[in-house]
Amino acid sequence: MTDSHQKDGPTRRSFLAGSAVAGAAALTGTAARATDPDPAITEVQPWARYLGDGVDARPYGHPSEYEAQVVRRNVEWLTADTTSSVNFTPIHELDGIITPNGLCFERHHGGIAEVDPAQYRLMINGMVDRELIFTLEDLKRFPRENRAYFLECAANSGMEWRGAQLNGCQYTHGMIHNVMYTGVRLRTLLEEAGVQPAGEWLLAEGADASAMTRSIPMEKALDDCMVAFKMNGEALRPEQGYPVRLVVPGWEGNMWVKWLRRLEVGDQPWQQREETSKYTDLLADGRARRFTWEMDAKSVITSPSPQAPITHGPGPMVLTGLAWSGRGTIPRVDVTIDGGINWVEARMDGPSWDKSLHRFYYEFDWDGSPMILQSRAHDSTGYVQPTKDALRDVRGENSIYHNNGIQTYAVAADGSVENVEIA
Amino acid sequence: MSKSLKLLLTAATVAGLGAVAQAQTYGLGREALPEEVAAWDIDVRPDGLGLPEGSGSVLEGEDIFLERCASCHGGFAEGAGRWPPLAGGQGSLSSDDPLKTIGSYWPYLSTVWDYVHRAMPFGDAQSLEPDEVYAITAFLLYMNDVVLDDQFVLSNENFTDIHLPNEDGFFMDDREESPLFPPHDVCMTNCADSVEIVMRANILDVTPEDAAAREARAAVAAGTETAAAEEPATQEPAVDENAIDMELAAEGERLFRQCAACHQVGEDARNRVGPILNGVVGRHAGAVDGFRYSGPMTDAGDSGLIWTPEEIDAFLENPRAYMNGTRMTYRGLDDADDRAAIIEYLRTQE
Repeated sequence: MTDSHQKDGPTRRSFLAGSAVAGAAALTGTAARATDPDPAITEVQPWARYLGDGVDARPYGHPSEYEAQVVRRNVEWLTADTTSSVNFTPIHELDGIITPNGLCFERHHGGIAEVDPAQYRLMINGMVDRELIFTLEDLKRFPRENRAYFLECAANSGMEWRGAQLNGCQYTHGMIHNVMYTGVRLRTLLEEAGVQPAGEWLLAEGADASAMTRSIPMEKALDDCMVAFKMNGEALRPEQGYPVRLVVPGWEGNMWVKWLRRLEVGDQPWQQREETSKYTDLLADGRARRFTWEMDAKSVITSPSPQAPITHGPGPMVLTGLAWSGRGTIPRVDVTIDGGINWVEARMDGPSWDKSLHRFYYEFDWDGSPMILQSRAHDSTGYVQPTKDALRDVRGENSIYHNNGIQTYAVAADGSVENVEIA
Repeated sequence: MSKSLKLLLTAATVAGLGAVAQAQTYGLGREALPEEVAAWDIDVRPDGLGLPEGSGSVLEGEDIFLERCASCHGGFAEGAGRWPPLAGGQGSLSSDDPLKTIGSYWPYLSTVWDYVHRAMPFGDAQSLEPDEVYAITAFLLYMNDVVLDDQFVLSNENFTDIHLPNEDGFFMDDREESPLFPPHDVCMTNCADSVEIVMRANILDVTPEDAAAREARAAVAAGTETAAAEEPATQEPAVDENAIDMELAAEGERLFRQCAACHQVGEDARNRVGPILNGVVGRHAGAVDGFRYSGPMTDAGDSGLIWTPEEIDAFLENPRAYMNGTRMTYRGLDDADDRAAIIEYLRTQE
């Protein structure tokens, strides 16, 4: 599967030498020379002279005021009302694989439920030996585990089925986040209640004003699902389901029921609104796939990208992005800067965890000429991320959900970046 | 259910559930009481499991729908603005512009009953009685031409006799059988002669503008502050007792979201299920032009009721107790602080 030409690192340079023009001063490795002294150095800056805030000024710390642009954003025309809508993670501003809690995209169907933890109850009912009620304190007395998983909305990139539409990976790919969860294995709780042999399905229900529900097959429930109460070490944020949410690794985000209040065991799926009228994938012939749970392997270059243009001119640069698969890990991502004529293997960096985001980098010398960028993920099952056209050939353009096609960016000579499609 | 899922579930039963039988338990939690399970276990399945006793007719449903649903879904369930259409679209699923409604797309009627009951009306969930849900469901069947008789009555007795047109339009996920799925080699060099850009997002120009954020960053960098970079405005407690407590108003704005499903405020506000609330604090009751108030509300306004903060507070605490016969179906807000916050917010809406 792996092209042997590309296995050793140095060939990345030879790839560039072949496709890019050498000769920019920066390529020689000589640093630039200043003519005037830099006032940032020669003048004493205010922060170097005067005292800053004391330790009591920021009991819960916030990002630097210079990072005010790093926020979730929504697309106003997308939905009728912000209480049943979505916003997007600014993935173009982030690095590594963990999403900060305050930047995790939000999708809710009846606004943010503000649940009082003292009034929080989790019920298990249906085809179990014992119908049980747990308080939050009860849940914290079961053995815990810590796992990082990505959560991707099934509709991520859903606005792009008919072609390039939104300029920025925040909007095209930002319905994703990757969080280290602390919680109890769902299996542990189900064992406490005693699932009866006919109990092949689980209904998860939220406590919010949409009483969100999804049917989950018992095999998945007993495999790697978690009932989580912490994200990245602290309590879940209200918009992420405080105090308790379901974690359904690798499967579409809608199933990760927030403000989780009830788990019902039954012998068949409930065919709820979110698994019939929504989150089913309409094909070109008018029929629709149901229960498309796994998120297929996908990748996106986060920088450079339309909201993160190249501002430094020709010379050494870092291309980076994210890749993930609902079926395992990402051992390999390929990158092209010439629209797919030639590809190189990107450098994977950071932990490679099951059903978690993976970070890739490709460092090269940009010659300042226009580029066409793409990335292509390979997951641990051997599945290769398809082109958007290959996906349209088998799915049509009406699916809304599960668009994992390869993203293309055109980079202009001035470093600006645009979402495009190529043929 | 597809054969493959059945196999998968059988395997789960053998491998997974077998282990559950001998699993360790911790004796945590407590047994749920039947009343507690009944209060939360409201789901309804296609086979009718979970349906309560009750019934409702198309005509009853029309009245309730116009009162409770039409402001978003349209008087004919055709949808208003960007809110979902619930009727129409039959035959459109394979077109370039599929319209997915109860009649054209939804496979099961139980989903309609379940969702209306659990989550509608938007912003006043679980306020409908079972008979009302049967009636609304009957009306929606009629608007979708699934039943043709406007005297039709839907009940728990005849519910499972009804089948929606697209019940057979769905099949189990088979992506893994698609030609895209098997592992395959990829081309790495000289994979094409040339590439051409065939579509550009810039042409559509629908990306939200984040220039404001960039300007804010530049302004911060330059040492000046802009509104966009500031925290929401807060003021020192004012000497003037009529001054608005902005912190309280901000909390009220958050709480007002539950009201916003029916009431609009601000420049472009219009009457929806409830009247515009601009300037409501201090004005006569029942005074918004073009809004169809209940008789008691109109009478109260005619006899001089002014919406002082105290009167609004009493109304919000329990609308139907305060004014028997009001159209406002809101259940009321127990928390006095929350009521005060909402009133403070309304004071900012001149």
